[in-house]
Amino acid sequence: MTDDIFQGYKGSALEVLKKYNVRVWGQAVVKTTRGEFTGTVLPRSENDDDKHIVMKIPTGYNIGLDIATITGMKETGYKKANYKIPEKEFPYTEGLPKVKLIGTGGTIASRLDYRTGAVIPAFSPGELYGAVPELASICNLTTEKVFAVFSENMSPDHYKKLAIAIGKEIEAGVDGIVIGHGTDTLHHTAAALTFMVQNSPVPIVLVGSQRSSDRPSSDAALNLMHACTAAGHGDIAEVMVCMFGPTSDEYGFLHRGTRVRKMHSSYRSTFRTIGDTPLATITRKGMKAIKETYNHRRKDRKVAILPYFEEKVSIVYYYPNMQPDIIDSLVEHGYKGIVIAGTGLGHVNKPLYPAIERAAKAGVAIYMTVQTLWGYVHMFVYDTGRDLMALGVVPAENMLPEVAYIKLGWALGQTNDLEEVKRIMLSPINDETTPREPYNGYLIYQGGVSEVEDFIRKVHK
Amino acid sequence: MAQNIDPKLNYEETKRKTGYVTRCESTQETYDRIGFMSGLEVHQQLRTSQKLFCRCPAGVYQKPDDFDAEVIRHMRPTLSELGEYDGTALMEFKTRKNIIYRLKSKTTCTYEVDDTPPFPLNREALAISIEISLVSKLNIVGEVHITRKQYLDGSIPTGFQRTAIIGVEGEIPLKNKKVRLIQLSLEEDSCREVSDIGHTRVYRTDRLGMPLIETVTYPDMTNPDEVKEACNYIRFLGRSTGKVRTGIGAGRQDVNVSCKGGTRVEIKGVAHSRWIPELTHNECFRQWALLSIREMLIARCPDSKTWKPSYVLLELHAFNSKNGFTKDAKANGLKLIAVNLPGFKGILSHFTQPGKMFANELSERLKVIACLDLPNMAHSEEFDPLFAQSDWDKIDILLKPAENDAQLIIRGPEADIQTALETIEERCLMAFAGVPPETRKSFENGTTIFERVLPGADRMYPDTDSAPIPLENEYIESLSKNQPEEVVHRYKRLKDWNVPEDCFTYIFKKNLFPLIERIITELDINPAFAGKFFGHAVKWVEGQYKPAAEFDYKIIYALFRFIKHRNLDYSIARRMLPHVYQYPKMEFESVLTSIKYKTVDKEQIVSKIPFLRNKFAEIRISAGPFVEHNWIMGQLRQQAEGNMSMKELHEAVGN
Repeated sequence: MTDDIFQGYKGSALEVLKKYNVRVWGQAVVKTTRGEFTGTVLPRSENDDDKHIVMKIPTGYNIGLDIATITGMKETGYKKANYKIPEKEFPYTEGLPKVKLIGTGGTIASRLDYRTGAVIPAFSPGELYGAVPELASICNLTTEKVFAVFSENMSPDHYKKLAIAIGKEIEAGVDGIVIGHGTDTLHHTAAALTFMVQNSPVPIVLVGSQRSSDRPSSDAALNLMHACTAAGHGDIAEVMVCMFGPTSDEYGFLHRGTRVRKMHSSYRSTFRTIGDTPLATITRKGMKAIKETYNHRRKDRKVAILPYFEEKVSIVYYYPNMQPDIIDSLVEHGYKGIVIAGTGLGHVNKPLYPAIERAAKAGVAIYMTVQTLWGYVHMFVYDTGRDLMALGVVPAENMLPEVAYIKLGWALGQTNDLEEVKRIMLSPINDETTPREPYNGYLIYQGGVSEVEDFIRKVHK
Repeated sequence: MAQNIDPKLNYEETKRKTGYVTRCESTQETYDRIGFMSGLEVHQQLRTSQKLFCRCPAGVYQKPDDFDAEVIRHMRPTLSELGEYDGTALMEFKTRKNIIYRLKSKTTCTYEVDDTPPFPLNREALAISIEISLVSKLNIVGEVHITRKQYLDGSIPTGFQRTAIIGVEGEIPLKNKKVRLIQLSLEEDSCREVSDIGHTRVYRTDRLGMPLIETVTYPDMTNPDEVKEACNYIRFLGRSTGKVRTGIGAGRQDVNVSCKGGTRVEIKGVAHSRWIPELTHNECFRQWALLSIREMLIARCPDSKTWKPSYVLLELHAFNSKNGFTKDAKANGLKLIAVNLPGFKGILSHFTQPGKMFANELSERLKVIACLDLPNMAHSEEFDPLFAQSDWDKIDILLKPAENDAQLIIRGPEADIQTALETIEERCLMAFAGVPPETRKSFENGTTIFERVLPGADRMYPDTDSAPIPLENEYIESLSKNQPEEVVHRYKRLKDWNVPEDCFTYIFKKNLFPLIERIITELDINPAFAGKFFGHAVKWVEGQYKPAAEFDYKIIYALFRFIKHRNLDYSIARRMLPHVYQYPKMEFESVLTSIKYKTVDKEQIVSKIPFLRNKFAEIRISAGPFVEHNWIMGQLRQQAEGNMSMKELHEAVGN
């Protein structure tokens, strides 16, 4: 029970609280060598030190007191905070599409407990309605939490569970699926679901947020509205990522699940389609297709769920002077597939050749992608490329390294026959490799040039 | 109905009934009678090279139309502790503003537009804020916790201000009392507004993120002059460290005012402390007037729960106002709605502030909350009616008002009318309760307008992006060694030096005390002369001329040192000053040439006195006692300056 009374306090700080008989949530007057302080003792974050006590002072601010300066403490009252997100029943509207929101653990909608700073996720339809009431005019929403993990802890098992859950929902007749997901590995999951859920008759929209929804400037509410619009009303029945187009609150993009990548650690407009244009733009009013060809929404429920994955697959990000033992150790540890993110057109240095040869001989499937992200692997241009192919490295066209990793895991999950794996790898399921790269698929303009500066002055960034 | 009362007469009558007196006529008894109470939040920017949470330069400004890119955002309210939306939050959400930020690459990075988390807090700013907390006798916290304070007006792109308490519970001495301080916090400055028209508010982000300290007092001030005195003292304290920014916009204060039975109202962003007395005086009386309105309303309608306005959409073609009110409505597709306010006759034209009546309170809210651009309203008690009596008669037929009712005509886009009607109803119902808690915007003439609903207390959240910063004893001790002498001691020393009091404000405002002290001790100059030199001569020169390059007050030390080494009399300094100020890079020797200084023997100057005395006798036209003396002084002053002291010349001229 001490945990409850002294939430988060440990070591010396805990001793001080015990000595003066002051509890967390106790209102206290504290005498210190720096003067007197009054306020409510707050729980302490587990990772913070044991030399300070946190208080909320009457003006609402938090401060910390150094226990070395404390000469006396007296509890004068006690008021425990209990916070719960208000629930309002999500209203059912005849005629609106049925959308299922599947939770994976990322907090799409949440708020902060203003006393502790803890993030409280809003997830049930009622809670979501309380936080984003506009959703009720977009769709009839139901929710299901499949599991709860942080984005970086997603694993093949989670992909499989998700694919199966999606299959069930489609069979049950939903008009669209939204998946709430942390943004860090959103594109890995998008690729995995593209391979595991094929021929879907309805949109499957992955969505996250770059600024948590406890902030007034959050992108979460708008992303969620966009995702629900795309899932409920959009015509694109594919696995997509729905996130901000520009950093401004203007429109979202729908990105094809196999060509999308998180490109900035913190920007709202972090997700970009690489080597192609996005599928569509989306606002609350509806979707506007950019690409002319995509899979259209259908009435049937014929979806193929293919939940396979071989975990012994790795990405090797090549750097100058990489030592061959990196490759050898993967083989020694039983890896069955290696995706190399090579330099330029798909190269690694010569000292690696023997190791690659040993790996190929051991039956490891080895695929080459480019760390430039944009462009194709071209292994015929230089000797290096030709040598590598001779050793057994298969060029993976313009497949993104992360997508190649997911696809190789998925292929090896189905078969150990390297020829069959190769067939799967090089037969695109949904544009993970494309026959051509459009001229407007690579647009990274550089600031400082007058025409670019003119552009960003005129168009909201 | 509308013309049954004379609005001008009613205004004067209600002003008298409220007991309004001008500030000149007021005494402490006046303020005691209405229960004047005021506290301050004084903001001062810190002189750091970078911003508080990112590495952008601080203090580099852009013009309103000078920008490299724009970002558009919206602010959403987040739920407060009890699952309710905070009052301000709801208001800002109602306004549905498009917030546009104008970015300049030089002063704005991805942090300002909330596209990257904060970098570690600027240590220079932390040190300065601790130093100022120490001179303010505040108790320094053991660990600094960054808190988020929500602002939904868009003035900060994150929707909250990152702020941290450095010290609590201090005090400052005024002439006659001590004022207690609640706290001092270190925070990031907000954006500067460019425009706010309809549903679009534009900000520039140059100032955003600059480090700022906020010193908050208890509401210990009981008259307007005390508020100003406290404000000046706090600003001088900051300036005494030499580490706060000065100049336009570098210091601003929010002034909290209430009267007996009133509510805390915050007057935001007062740029000059000299505006404070008039503003606080008027605000206190505004509240007093609102309480008188409350009494009138309760007498007419004891149960405010049953109070309800009625309204009707007007056919535009049937009405024709003055000043294009209806013409512009037609041209811009705006709607006109007539509203009947039961029991509000004589309230609309009730005095609230000099030149303002209750109807202004409605119009101001329509502008801010419902985004109706001005003029957004006409009413039945205007001094200069926009609509003719015949128009009001037509409205009476539609609204069927009772004897004691008043009417409005509001004008705005159809989409905003619902909010506008709610806004009117809400403000009128508040009149039954008395004084609504608000923040108000100040004007130089001492009046204020509604700015927004006063935010609730539950808008503070711990910043999950920043770790707490422990403040060790050794660190604080090392900073306390830099502490300047207390301002109150410096006051005493200036007095002991016989520096006239009218010099004090200038000296503290510009933090010149340390320089004056150095001049006195190192160059052996008469303290009163040095004090007056700054407090009168330098201040005057600053108002008269523009320097060609940046003028640093330290140049004046160099000037006196030059005069001393050149063995001149210090009296020459006053004549040199305008040149030195305008051309700070000019050599002092050249300045002497410019002012045509010539070395003349003291004896030679004095020897001219008999001749001048004779000359004066010839041309004399006035018979006053010192006329001759002054004339001779005037003739010789220029030659004498620098060559002998004026005192000596004075004695030599005799009478």
